[in-house]
Amino acid sequence: MCLGDLEVRNLGLIPYGESLRIQEELVLLRRAGDVSDQLLIQEHPHVITIGKAASEKHIIVSREQMEELGIKVFHVGRGGDVTYHGPGQLVGYPILDLKPNRKDLHRYLRDLEEALIRSLSVFSIKGSRRENLTGVWVGDRKVAAIGVRVSSQWITSHGFAINICNDLSYFETIVPCGISDVQITSISNELGEEIGMDIVSETVVREFIGVFGHDIRSNVELD
Amino acid sequence: MSRFEVPMPQMGESIAEGTVSKWLRTIGQRVEKDEPILEISTDKVDAEIPSPVSGVLAKVCVEEGQTVEVGTVLAYVEADGGEQNVSGGEADSSQQQPKMFPQPTTIGESSIGHASEATAHKNKRELSETERLKNKSSPVVRRIAKEHGISIDNVPGTGHLERVTKADILRYIKDASIHSNYQSPDDIVSSQAVGDPDEGLQTLSRGEIDIWSSYYGEVEHPTFPTLPGDKVLPMDRLRQLTADHMVMAKRVAPHVHSVIEVDFSSVDQVRTKIAQNDISRGRGFSYTAFVTWACSRLLGKYGNINAVLSGKDIIYRNSVNIGIAVDLDPGLIVPVAKDADELSLAETSGLINELAVKARSGNLSPEEIQGSTFTITNPGILGTLVGIPIIPHGTSAILVLGAIEKRPVVIENVDTGKDEVVVRKTSLFSLGFDHRIVDGADAARFLLDLKKLLEFFPENV
Repeated sequence: MCLGDLEVRNLGLIPYGESLRIQEELVLLRRAGDVSDQLLIQEHPHVITIGKAASEKHIIVSREQMEELGIKVFHVGRGGDVTYHGPGQLVGYPILDLKPNRKDLHRYLRDLEEALIRSLSVFSIKGSRRENLTGVWVGDRKVAAIGVRVSSQWITSHGFAINICNDLSYFETIVPCGISDVQITSISNELGEEIGMDIVSETVVREFIGVFGHDIRSNVELD
Repeated sequence: MSRFEVPMPQMGESIAEGTVSKWLRTIGQRVEKDEPILEISTDKVDAEIPSPVSGVLAKVCVEEGQTVEVGTVLAYVEADGGEQNVSGGEADSSQQQPKMFPQPTTIGESSIGHASEATAHKNKRELSETERLKNKSSPVVRRIAKEHGISIDNVPGTGHLERVTKADILRYIKDASIHSNYQSPDDIVSSQAVGDPDEGLQTLSRGEIDIWSSYYGEVEHPTFPTLPGDKVLPMDRLRQLTADHMVMAKRVAPHVHSVIEVDFSSVDQVRTKIAQNDISRGRGFSYTAFVTWACSRLLGKYGNINAVLSGKDIIYRNSVNIGIAVDLDPGLIVPVAKDADELSLAETSGLINELAVKARSGNLSPEEIQGSTFTITNPGILGTLVGIPIIPHGTSAILVLGAIEKRPVVIENVDTGKDEVVVRKTSLFSLGFDHRIVDGADAARFLLDLKKLLEFFPENV
């Protein structure tokens, strides 16, 4: 296994908890050197996750309403506030070893943003960063959220979520990332036409590899 | 038993502080080496802080919710004494036996791997669920199926493990439409979707880009055709960074090289003397340490060598930070001996050894590979006679040490006044310098001073 190998695993539509367990397992295996760097891509059924920096009050709707909407809630060990995942949103969890030469967490966040900004540009959307507001923006509309965890020995987990063709009304159940009055957008929303998950996933994987300089080893789900 | 500090680590160049979000261990509890003992959070990142040693958490210095600067001691861990301490602290040791560090074993190509017997089973279960979902279909296939009211189970799959691909489902719909005169809108949609990104890429790469910003801003490596039997492998990350860096460094600085011969007799005498006085220390002093020490004393005097041309300015560096190239075989990394001019010879040697060990074990922090103002590399160890180096981007000079070998040297015998051929250890030093700001005479003077300093090496430095 060489430094630059990346295995891309497309988990399809997978419940949040199940994917979390896979992540945790892969973090251990990555740390032990039993697997190369990993990129898990997937969609989740409706779920709200609450990061370490989060406040419960950033969930606006009641538990009953959430049950009615079929939204599950998880408290998770990543940075950041509250976020929502649902079908039509591409969620990526890179399990990377940041040693030996990427041991900079800010740089890691910026690199994740860079991969997403480059992906957007492929669809002629100008994505950008906003100071002190990690994530990717189109104008003042947020298109992608980022929240990561770094385990001992510099192994990353959690990651990014970019809205592609999801129902954005679900974001009204939360104060995304704890920033009130933030407008959420998606690629389809920006383009004014429905765009497929596949083509975006493929692009994000390609740009991710471009930014992180991996050698792709197996790319299991890209048609 | 000895106490180890657990400091707030440097997690990135622009990260000055972190907030302790959660203690994972309490005082008196056992921790294994590298097992997380607390979590900290900074903007959008949660990070585990591992224990530096196996032992017992002895003291907690920072409470949950407190924000502290990098370097602040967070806790102390009392390390185990010599023998394995089985009974350990208060915690149940069986619980502590970490599944954190599974025994590495061979893994199959398509599986995540079998970490240990305990985790293998769990793995298998999770994998099969993953595989099941993965194998079933991709999101787009499911969407197409849903829109057309098709059950994926009915579609013959040609993908891996008979997975239904997008082509499969589109073919299925097309076949169905032949019979029913039904035209699938997805045929059109998907072909458009495929066309768009290519167009986007073309706009990006062929748009109007200022030639100079392109020349100085991007590195593109040309491609070449393969020949039969060739093996084509993508560059790994380190190689890619190195490749880009080298092209950029060579593009920007007009390189000039000067070579001088240095007699190492004096250095050898000092080295032997140190070794006689303190065997443990003397042996560790490499020639690179001597040369680094000598350069560090001179670079303050040669401001334009310890500088960089930046736009219309010259930045004269306030510190003397010497990058030392370390061969990782494969790959190369250049850790930096910071403020080298303030270090004694022993300190220089110690620091270089420490950096080299860290480099080879992959434990260099970002700040340990940044901020170099001058570079030294020693391929002479491998027998190279003289090197013609590329100046690292962002600096003005690099010194290459050639092989330090015994060679015949002509000297004048001070007693007889006659020429004699004697055997001396010498080396050819090559200095590569950026001719925009370093003139040939500057480089020559620097090399001559360096030669003199090494040939009359001071004692007790």
